[in-house]
Amino acid sequence: MSETMKGRPVAKGKAEGEAMVSADGISFYGGVEPETGKVVERGHPLEGKTVTGKILVFPTGKGSTVGSYVLYDMKKRGTAPAAIINKEIETIIAVGAIISEIPCVDKIEIEMIKDGAKVEVDADSGTLKLL
Amino acid sequence: MELTSEEKDMLEGKHGNAVRKSMEILVALGNIFGAKQLIDVASVQIAGVSYHNLGEAGLGYLSELARDGKVRVLTTLNPAGMDMENWKNLGISPDFAEKQERVIDAFKKMGVITTCTCTPYFIGNNPRFGEHVSWSESSAVCYANSVLGLKTNREGGPSALASALTGKTPEFGMHLDENRQAEIAVNVSADIKTVPDFGALGYAIGKKIGKNVPLIKGIKNAGTEELKSFCASIATYGGTALFHMEGITPNQTAEPGESVDIAQQDIDGAKAELNDADEIDLVGIGCPHLSLKEVSEVARMLEGKKVNKEVWICVARPIKRIADQMGYTKIIEDSGAKFACDTCMAVAPLKGRFRGLATDSAKGCFYGRGKNSFKTKFATIPELIEEATR
Repeated sequence: MSETMKGRPVAKGKAEGEAMVSADGISFYGGVEPETGKVVERGHPLEGKTVTGKILVFPTGKGSTVGSYVLYDMKKRGTAPAAIINKEIETIIAVGAIISEIPCVDKIEIEMIKDGAKVEVDADSGTLKLL
Repeated sequence: MELTSEEKDMLEGKHGNAVRKSMEILVALGNIFGAKQLIDVASVQIAGVSYHNLGEAGLGYLSELARDGKVRVLTTLNPAGMDMENWKNLGISPDFAEKQERVIDAFKKMGVITTCTCTPYFIGNNPRFGEHVSWSESSAVCYANSVLGLKTNREGGPSALASALTGKTPEFGMHLDENRQAEIAVNVSADIKTVPDFGALGYAIGKKIGKNVPLIKGIKNAGTEELKSFCASIATYGGTALFHMEGITPNQTAEPGESVDIAQQDIDGAKAELNDADEIDLVGIGCPHLSLKEVSEVARMLEGKKVNKEVWICVARPIKRIADQMGYTKIIEDSGAKFACDTCMAVAPLKGRFRGLATDSAKGCFYGRGKNSFKTKFATIPELIEEATR
């Protein structure tokens, strides 16, 4: 049995993996270590966790526009998330996902996605399948 | 979003990989923010130049675009992490210098004018009133929209570069006249005269109204230098891309319904907050980069004197060239003060080298604290020079 959710495509591509859900926004510049994919922002709900290969689910991006380049760096190093799901996208994450070719969808009710759930993302059509 | 057949070709890769990637960014942003079309821009200003901020990631991205990307409109650059010619004298490591040079080379390959400054409007990136542009650098965006009457959103580095390589930007936000109206009136009763007064005013208004577009009343006069400082400060502490200043700035606006007051105590409070240093070992002047008038004044103040601490004079290189020609450079360097072209004390990697920064820039205080962990002193240029030559 699976549930389908429809959002808006931001950056194309397909991915499958385990959801990592954050209730807080993420700043990739200063908030995530590109070498390891580890969240290093002090006090962040994901602090100490590694986003690599995850379907990373969070409300929206924050912080410096340099964050777009950090996502690109992570993709090149192989530490990037497999896909990004936002409630409401902003420019830093949108541009970062596009230049890095990380599948990205927004306008999703992220409260419905449980941490650790298996998720299939089709960012070409903007659909998520919760497996 | 409605695309022309040429724009569709660009998006499909018929104009090369750099154009395709750039169009993907612009179309995605246009769709997200509800733009109906792309519009042509007259010029671009790109931020994200310092290797200190870009890292290997940013450099890799720029190098990839530089393989087949060429700018289609006049494009200038924000400050880098060092003076591109005189970096050794400012204590920058050869390793950092090599990486910063690779960043600049990638931009140069794309046809970007590699003068690195936060005041592109002083060096010829100066379109006419009403033209659309795609600028990053929050102080320059605010100056472009408010003082020059250009129309630009607050772009990030990658989106500005995408505009440079395509000549286009999605039409939303500050490009539409309905979003350029004042949202709140700001009645200023304080006496605002000096550059730090304007910096403190930007701080006080920014903290009160955030990203709203203000109509500021009660300012008797403001020159280029005061407005430059005000733009940097209000954009740093509030985040607005546009303001109106009654009797001074050129855009038209209707009277907003709401209003707030700024009194002398708000200005005094801002100044007190920006002063937390007991000990100063770096004086940094030129955030945003100094105008020609300011450089000539600094030269006059330093003539025949010696500085007793590190003093950085931050300017765009073309302004320094004029200073060379006029003999200002010799006067300034004979005093022991140093020119820092292409960079400034906020973007250069100076953490740990100095403890206390004295500056006339409210924005300089913010980034000096955040990026370089300085304590700060906030005063006028004559006061700073007086302290440095005492």
